[in-house]
Amino acid sequence: MRYRAIVRLGVALAATSLVLAACGGGGEETGGGTATGGTSQAAGTVKLGLMGDLTGENSGIVIPLRNAAKMAIEDYNATNPATKIELVEYDSQGVPEQATSLAQQAIKTDKIVGLIGPAFSGESRQADPILEEGTIPSVTASATNPGLAENGWKYWHRIVGNDNSQGSGVADYMTRALGVKKVFVIHDNQEYSKGVADVVIETLKGSGITPQTDVIDPQGSDYASTVNKVKAAAPDAIFYGGYYAQAGRLLKQLRDGGVKAQFLSGDGSLDAGLAKGAGGNNADGAIVSCPCLIDPTGKAGPASKKLSEAYKAKYNAPTAIYVGEGYDAATAFIEAIKNGNTDTESINKYLATIDVPGVTKQIKFAENGEPTTSDVYVYLFKGDSYSLIGNTKDAEKPAA
Amino acid sequence: MLENFLTQFWPATVDGLSLGAIYALVALGYTMVYGVLRLINFAHSEVFMVGTVAALFTLTTIGVSSPLGGLALIAMLLFIAVVAIVASGVTAIGLEYIAYRPLRKRGGSRLAALISAIGASLFLQQLFALIVIPQLFSLPQEGGRLPVHSPDWVQRADVINIGDFIVRNDKLLVVVAAVVMMVALDQFVERTRLGRGIRATAQSPENAVLMGVNIDRIITATFAIGGAMAGVAAALYLMRFEETNYFVGFLLGIKAFTAAVLGGIGNLRGALLGGLVLGLIEMYGSAIFGSEWQHVVAFVVLVLVLMFRPTGILGESLQQARA
Repeated sequence: MRYRAIVRLGVALAATSLVLAACGGGGEETGGGTATGGTSQAAGTVKLGLMGDLTGENSGIVIPLRNAAKMAIEDYNATNPATKIELVEYDSQGVPEQATSLAQQAIKTDKIVGLIGPAFSGESRQADPILEEGTIPSVTASATNPGLAENGWKYWHRIVGNDNSQGSGVADYMTRALGVKKVFVIHDNQEYSKGVADVVIETLKGSGITPQTDVIDPQGSDYASTVNKVKAAAPDAIFYGGYYAQAGRLLKQLRDGGVKAQFLSGDGSLDAGLAKGAGGNNADGAIVSCPCLIDPTGKAGPASKKLSEAYKAKYNAPTAIYVGEGYDAATAFIEAIKNGNTDTESINKYLATIDVPGVTKQIKFAENGEPTTSDVYVYLFKGDSYSLIGNTKDAEKPAA
Repeated sequence: MLENFLTQFWPATVDGLSLGAIYALVALGYTMVYGVLRLINFAHSEVFMVGTVAALFTLTTIGVSSPLGGLALIAMLLFIAVVAIVASGVTAIGLEYIAYRPLRKRGGSRLAALISAIGASLFLQQLFALIVIPQLFSLPQEGGRLPVHSPDWVQRADVINIGDFIVRNDKLLVVVAAVVMMVALDQFVERTRLGRGIRATAQSPENAVLMGVNIDRIITATFAIGGAMAGVAAALYLMRFEETNYFVGFLLGIKAFTAAVLGGIGNLRGALLGGLVLGLIEMYGSAIFGSEWQHVVAFVVLVLVLMFRPTGILGESLQQARA
């Protein structure tokens, strides 16, 4: 009898300590935890949050911008300023529910003064109202859904073009430069995916093309019925709205199924993961649009070349999607803090009037938080990497 | 909608059978364990996942220079199937020893075993995501949740090509392999001593003990066989999709369990029938309503079948397999 009681007590203690360790450890991982605490961060250090999918299956879209932001902040801290910035990372894995609870933690426990992100549109939709309520200014470098700007939020900003311009840009490129007549549009019903696909469909309709559509399950792995539909429709081009993990799988199954049509996708697919998921050389010739500028050769301007070189030197990896935008988002906050603004209200006020040159564009926000300028670019995949074709307004069809 | 169905009937049939064959193989594990122990082995989906990881690791270790076709493909498939069978079988037996046997010995309720099954499933998922996958494939620790791709090892070619009825080699292999394994298992359960022991234990464990059947060995064998079937399914899955991830068992496990219930839980032939029927229903439903309705269609059909025929299509149980 006593033995049983001891065993039970031991199990209970072990379980409790596991739970406590998990909570504490979890806090550590999401980078909140044990810092200086206290409500006033006026002197010394302020906390800047960064939220996105850092370890999930589409983290390839977010890790580069995190690295770029980190680089910008570390460079700033190295100048020994009056107020240093501590970057606190929140790994939401792109899941809206995780993003909302992390946002609560960021506001209440960690007391961040600003947030870079959230990185994806789905999580932005859920987490931004919480940030707005907490009066935390945010600058997203990658959430491109246009609906985010239409909520009348005062603390939300975006440093990248939205999907209205991306969708219409890539659709115009398809009709103008690629001369397609029959298009098949696929998406996975997520906030971002459906958004960009719908704009592509609308723009194509305006040019006289009515695309056929289908929807895949982002968590499934067998797209056989979609492949069959595409084969039956025999389009000139297929546009997929969504992220690279699913795009790669879809492209693989399409090519394996004998579909040779031109494959296009949006910025969620602008990652080597598209080629890896597609396997072999199935991704060769795929064209991916992005409101972001990835320009290691400085085709569009010297600033992006300089950033690409610095990024490569620091992280031993080539510049990638949203590096420029992540750097610019961090720069916006750095400028605000440099100019003596260290609480959320004054930072937000500063962001409303900021007007400095960034790597990808002029860092200047309209009243609704959108950037004042935005261009859409297209990239061509070959092997595991992609290269800039040009601006959707004037780029031509890439050589075969 | 209906014209979609008509134009895509043959491709949907081929894809449905191929998808259903994988469901059927995994469903066997669920149905056998349920037939013998009246336990729904929720961790069986992870047994499948372990098989895929083992098979993929074998592929990356051997290294494939170019996609294989014909006999080379079948030979490679057999090889990774053997590896996956061993991996899945060992996992299943391990599960039995750690998660279920102690509860059984202490007269635990079936609910306790069910909860243990769920716990084991979660444990295996996270173990692979956090430790095994990063270690095996030299990924950083955070990369454990990302999908892992195998080298391109399957040369896809159309084997049958009659008008609309096009059958690709990998899809055909999947169906053939599944049917062969099913027939083999069916014969095993009917003709061998161990098979008879399984049927006896399924019918009545107490009486089986009185007849001299070693219950523990039977149960271990049941788990091992179910695991082996999942291993074959894992190799076939790797041939079809050439990728895996720590979470691959989840949806597939639910579908396979649905297939087992659809065909008649506890019934081996029911698992095959249920799997193939479920695959076909999903593909036809996707063709008619749109691919996003694939899962909805599957579960709606399940509900309907259970409402009007609760024991499933074939209804009978393992203990009454036709002699």
